[in-house]
Amino acid sequence: MSNTFLFPVVSPLGPEIFLAAVACCLVIFDSLFKEQRNIFPVISITGATVTTLMVASSKGLGFSGMYNVDGFSVFFKIICLLALIFTVLMSHNHLKVLGVKREGEYYSLMLFACIGMMVMASALDLIVLYLGLELMALSVYCLVGIQKKDKRASEAAIKYFLLGAFASCLFLFGLSYIYGATGTTSLPVVTSFLTGEGIKSNPAFLLGLGLVLIAFSFKVAAAPFHMWTPDAYEGAMTPVTGFMSVAPKAAGFAALSRLLFEAFPALHGNWVLPFEIMIFLTMAIGNITAISQVSIKRMLAYSSIAHAGYALLGLLPGTAQGVSATMNYLFIYLFMNMGAFAVIVLLQQKGLAGERLEDYKGLAKSHPVAAGLMLVFMFSLTGIPPTAGFIGKFNLFVAALNAGYTGMVIWAVIFSAISAYFYLRVVMLMYMHEPQKEVAIVRSGALSAVLVMTLAGVLIIGIYPNDLLHLAGMIFGK
Amino acid sequence: MVHLSWYMTVSAILFSMGVFGFLTRRNLIMMLLCIELMLNAINLNLVAISHYMEDMRGQVLVFFIIAVAAAEAAIGLGLIVTLFRNVKSVYTEDLTTLKG
Repeated sequence: MSNTFLFPVVSPLGPEIFLAAVACCLVIFDSLFKEQRNIFPVISITGATVTTLMVASSKGLGFSGMYNVDGFSVFFKIICLLALIFTVLMSHNHLKVLGVKREGEYYSLMLFACIGMMVMASALDLIVLYLGLELMALSVYCLVGIQKKDKRASEAAIKYFLLGAFASCLFLFGLSYIYGATGTTSLPVVTSFLTGEGIKSNPAFLLGLGLVLIAFSFKVAAAPFHMWTPDAYEGAMTPVTGFMSVAPKAAGFAALSRLLFEAFPALHGNWVLPFEIMIFLTMAIGNITAISQVSIKRMLAYSSIAHAGYALLGLLPGTAQGVSATMNYLFIYLFMNMGAFAVIVLLQQKGLAGERLEDYKGLAKSHPVAAGLMLVFMFSLTGIPPTAGFIGKFNLFVAALNAGYTGMVIWAVIFSAISAYFYLRVVMLMYMHEPQKEVAIVRSGALSAVLVMTLAGVLIIGIYPNDLLHLAGMIFGK
Repeated sequence: MVHLSWYMTVSAILFSMGVFGFLTRRNLIMMLLCIELMLNAINLNLVAISHYMEDMRGQVLVFFIIAVAAAEAAIGLGLIVTLFRNVKSVYTEDLTTLKG
């Protein structure tokens, strides 16, 4: 053991440190400036935008190889940061409508969650991965329960908290077995151990790996570990639900892809069968249960489970093409899902109004623009061209077909056809029914900006998909 | 000399107790305690492995876990308190607002 102290290389962590400083400022300002509530979203968005620019140019290994900023992690970080910006834009007005005080607290929690996700995307060591995971998860539990007087929010938060904490315990227990079998927590070193035959059939190591993968299946809401999703998504505030359905999921996928392709590529044969079963269940449960929902938020919760199933399909073959298809899909999903949630925010009032599917009856007559936007996002979620959702699904299916998983692709196509029923039902309610009661709209400039950006994302990627695909392909092709 | 496998067995038993308690208990505070039990089983495992392999990583991780567990307990109890104010109960069977 050497006695020299080396100061760790922190420069690759610049964006994270900056964002953490902004988040701390928000906490302090929250108690200093009680009256000027408009400054909080401005600070958060400025901070997030600057961080995005910093992330785009950051690169390198930090903390003696524990923290890796490469193209792959930058891609996921940008997804999380864009989700953060969209959510902050959606939130300001909605917080006023719901009467939530303490805005600084709300935005700082969101920023801390985003830092956690960025750490997860870059982690090259299981300890760092754990810390990122917890920073993200603990902040999101609080965000779900931020409406302290609301019965549904506190119930959702406690359900999410208990299952999330349980998943972290499984992750740590798995981690302790991986540590026991290999003597290290560093992913590249664990990978170098995997060349021997002995470790591949070591039951303790495989148990550890299995538990770690189960923990991440919890985080990305894959069946049969999805039980928390509908309740947490329904009880949380709508902008938080939109955030949760995109950003933590992307971070979970980042960690999962890194584990499966960089750390344990040699074990592909061990995990491929359980994964096939999990993907089948995820698509089946997500798509079939969504049909019977009466709340649009709960329907989108099941739809997000189903989309996790499609995205996992790209990880199944273990090829670079598959991973880049999953990355693209998550990027596209950011735009279409955030857009759908932004429309819900537009229609939502205090209480349940604007959350039930029946509130959408005849929307095309009373608010044609909102209905038109919802139509595009629902088409994209179904996967109908020329929207981005089609491109995303198409790439995933091609990647899986090229690797020879024809059976899984057939199931995925069947389940997407089933999903058309509940997505297009929203469209049918909006366009083919008479308005039942007056639905008020809460307009705001920031919300319109989100709608425009998400709409542009969905249509531009849908019509000119090549640029994005090359980007993700280049990153993963390395 | 106590062998490593003894520690790991105790840890596995503690962890199973935690999992069993978490899945069968209906009181939210008991469920939170079961999570703490699981975390401490993990800590025991890590410290034992770390000592046996003469590697410091495991012990460092234990400190991280203790710190995170404290934050987790604070947030968990906070959420249980807000829930109790709204629902007047800490039992899972009373959490019936969200379903479908």
